[in-house]
Parts: sequence; structure tokens; C-alpha cells
Amino acid sequence: MTGFYNDKVIDHFKDPRNVGVIKNPDAVGYVGEPAWGIDAELYLKIDNGIITEAKSKAFGCGATIAAGSVVTEMVKGKYLDEIAGITNEDVDRALGGLPATKLHCAKLGRDLIQAAVKDYREQHKGQRDGYR
Amino acid sequence: MKRIYLDYAATTPTDPEVVKAMLPYFTDSFGNPSSLYSYGQENKAAVDESREKIAGAIGAHSDEIIFTSGGTEADNTALAGVAWANKDRGRHIITTTVEHHAILETCHFLGKNGFDITYVPVDKYGMVDPDDIKRSITPKTVLVSVMQANNEVGSIQPLEEIGRIAKEAGVYLHTDGVQAVGHIPVDVNSLGVDMLSLSAHKLYGPKGMGLLYVRRGTHIAPYMRGGAQEKGRRAGTENVAGIVGLAKAVELAMTDLENEMRRQTLLRDRLIKGLLDTIELVQLNGHPTQRLPNNVNVSIDYVEGESLLLNLDLEDICVSTGSACTSTSQEPSHVLLAMRVTPEKAHCSLRFTLGKWTTDADIAHVLEIMPSMVARLRSISPLMKVKN
Repeated sequence: MTGFYNDKVIDHFKDPRNVGVIKNPDAVGYVGEPAWGIDAELYLKIDNGIITEAKSKAFGCGATIAAGSVVTEMVKGKYLDEIAGITNEDVDRALGGLPATKLHCAKLGRDLIQAAVKDYREQHKGQRDGYR
Repeated sequence: MKRIYLDYAATTPTDPEVVKAMLPYFTDSFGNPSSLYSYGQENKAAVDESREKIAGAIGAHSDEIIFTSGGTEADNTALAGVAWANKDRGRHIITTTVEHHAILETCHFLGKNGFDITYVPVDKYGMVDPDDIKRSITPKTVLVSVMQANNEVGSIQPLEEIGRIAKEAGVYLHTDGVQAVGHIPVDVNSLGVDMLSLSAHKLYGPKGMGLLYVRRGTHIAPYMRGGAQEKGRRAGTENVAGIVGLAKAVELAMTDLENEMRRQTLLRDRLIKGLLDTIELVQLNGHPTQRLPNNVNVSIDYVEGESLLLNLDLEDICVSTGSACTSTSQEPSHVLLAMRVTPEKAHCSLRFTLGKWTTDADIAHVLEIMPSMVARLRSISPLMKVKN
């Protein structure tokens, strides 16, 4: 099928990874504005600075849902300071390249990670992210 | 998988009979209607005959038809042409907040170039109150432009009444009839319009073809300057095949109009009822009865329109949405916002537009797969917790 999105985006859209919420998460990232048609949340379990579990939910266009899904895969097993460095381009690459008009959805993925990192660091002010 | 096309308001497939009528004009009869030899004159006759057929179908005289490249050019010509030709009489134009961008953008342009534009609001059904038009008319008003039927929500405007008001006040009335012609009865005299825009590809004709009806005596300047085609009102060699195709499309539409209106209204109402009955938290956008026979527009809470469109596309079902999610704009449909649908609900809107090849089975299939599709998207939507 010749579609607007590539197969990777469609795959994440059809079958989003790690959908849901984590009870008692160590960090939560929230991005969005339903009035703009975008809303997403990312839940993380963090152990010794390592992301052990990630779940997300997303409301938005196909690219938004795919970005919400792919970031859960991108952060899992990584150190907090590693995921803090994930860029828009990294998310875009992980999705095999979004259409030009949808690059802001890759930014949403990055913003989601940043929001979760910020949440964790605010809860643990003055502490290091963890051992490595 | 059989494709189910439910976006007839975006464009229609060209009817094979229309294509058949057009074909000879690409190869055998290729002459320029302006040429004096018989090759050209044969085509001039085809253009004249088409013009007469189309004029008859909308209650016009054939000399009141100006062929254009489509609805957008017709809208631009009507507004800019009247504004320019009457600028010494007055520089005020009245339109509505729910017009097509071809009207709105032209009005914005005129607004920045010395004209005053009044955008009359609509009610929650997308309907214009004729009294609002009446109250907006000033001695400087030269033109009122109100669409006959809305392309997004299908609301049919009370044009006859607006026509009477315009006539009484001595101002021109233009209507964008792009979504109406071929779908509901259109008669320029009973509507009381001085100008009407029409597009061929919305009624099973070819893309790139349209017309502007201009009542005799209307002061209007040409939009395209050049040769003397269309009595000097629209320059450029005639799109002979397109004109013949438009005439055929109009002829076919008129033959079938009442049957199709009845048939599509039944399917439309079945689809609306089915969606409201089988899915929770759904609202119909637009007027429940004063709407085009082929238009269904709903907002499905907590499911963004484009995501549902994409999901339907994966099942080979084509629809459209009033949501927008591009790097340059997150603003949803101006029509829904003008109807005071909240931005959240506007982003959750989905439009189905039916056509003459839509079947009972198509509607049944859509109704069968929609509930689980909506449930899936709601299960991944963080907004759904609002309800839980």
C-alpha cells in the first residue's frame, strides 16, 4: 500500500508497544493539549538510574500514536542521563522517517521523554540519577 | 479487499459515461473553437450545446454561463470581479464564517486591500440566520456570498430568504454551489442568486472544470484577461473536453436526482443512527435534517480524527476529518469552531460523504467495524480516563 506513512510508523500505529499505565511509577511525563489534538503520557519504572519498565498512552494523529509507542522501546534498559539526550532526530529515525509535515510528532516523543526525566529529577533533587 | 470510498465531497470518480463523452475531444475533435475552419467550428458547436444544456438544468440562460477551471476560480472570479467592478459604488462585502477557503481567502485578500468584509456567524448547526445578513447590509454593501450547502457538515442554508433580502436591498448575491449542484435541486431563479459557482468533479465530472453563473446585467470584471473567449469574461482556450464532460455529468445528475436523494438520505440516516447507537459518546455535527443527503459528520470523543481515518484507511475505507495535525497548523476545522464545537471535539471529527456508488453493504460494513476500531483507539487514549 502506498500510504502517507512508512511501514514502521504503521506498525507502531497498528500495534503500539507497551500501552498502558504503571501503578506507582518512578517518573511520569505528560505532553499535550487536547485542544490541539495531541495528548500523551509516559510512565517509567527506574531502578538504580536504569529504566526497567516503560508504558505510554497517546491521543492524536497516527504519527503521535507511533511516537508514543516507539519511545517506550527507545528508553527501556537505558540510563536516565542517556535518555535525557534523546533528540527529535533520534525519535524520527526510530520511526523510519516521518513525513515532513509530521516532524513535530517526533518532537512530541522527545518532549515526552524530557518531561519524564524532569519529573524524576525534581523528585530526587540533589541526588545523582543512579549508578553506572 | 474492496475499497469503500466515502469521501465523495472531496471528489467523485468520473462517471464512465462522462469519460466516453469526453474522449473524442482529445484526439479526433481537437480543434480550437476560435478557429474558423470546420475543425474548430465543430468544437464551438459542442461548447455551445453544452452551455445550453447546463444552463437549462439550473434555470439560467446560456449567455449567463462562464466556464472556469473549477469551483475555486469561479469563487475568486465572483468576489474579486464584483468587488473590482463596483468599487466606486461601495466596498463592503458580506459572507459567512463557514465558507470554503476559496471564498474566505479571497475575502481576506480583499479585506487587506481596501474592502470591508463582514463575516456573519452561524448557529450550532452551522446555519446562517437571514436576519443577520439583513442587519449587516449597509449603503456601501455590494455583494453577499453565502454557500448553498456546507462542504464539511452538509448544512443547507436558507438561501431563498437571503435571496429576497439581497434583492430588496439591491445588492448582489453569490452562492458557492459546489456541494449542492447535482446533489439537491438548484434553480438560480428560485434561489434568487445573481451568481453561482459550480465544480465538475463534485458531480462525477472531470477535475479542472467548473463554471460561474452570472445573471444578465451583473457588473463584474473579468478575472482572467487575454483572448475574447466567454464573451471576454474569461480568457483562455476553452477546455472543450471538460466542458462536454461537465454537461454530460450535469445531465446524468439531473436524470437521477430525486432517486439518488431519496436513496442516499436513507443510507445517511442509517449510518448516523448506527454510529450513535453502537458507539458511546458520539455527537452529530451539523443540522439533523437540513443537510445534504450524502453528508455524515460526527465527533467521537477521545479518538482523534486522523487516527481513525488512518485506521479506516488500513481497512481500505476512505473518509476525511476536520482535525489537523501538521507542523504548520494544529487548528481544527474553522467550520466546526464557528459552530462552537469545542476544539477537542473538532479534533475528534470524522466526515463520511456518500455517493451514487455507495451501497447498503458498504454502510453495513462500516458500522460493523467501527465500534471495535473506536474501542481500540480509546484503549490507548489517555483522555479516556476522564470517563473511567
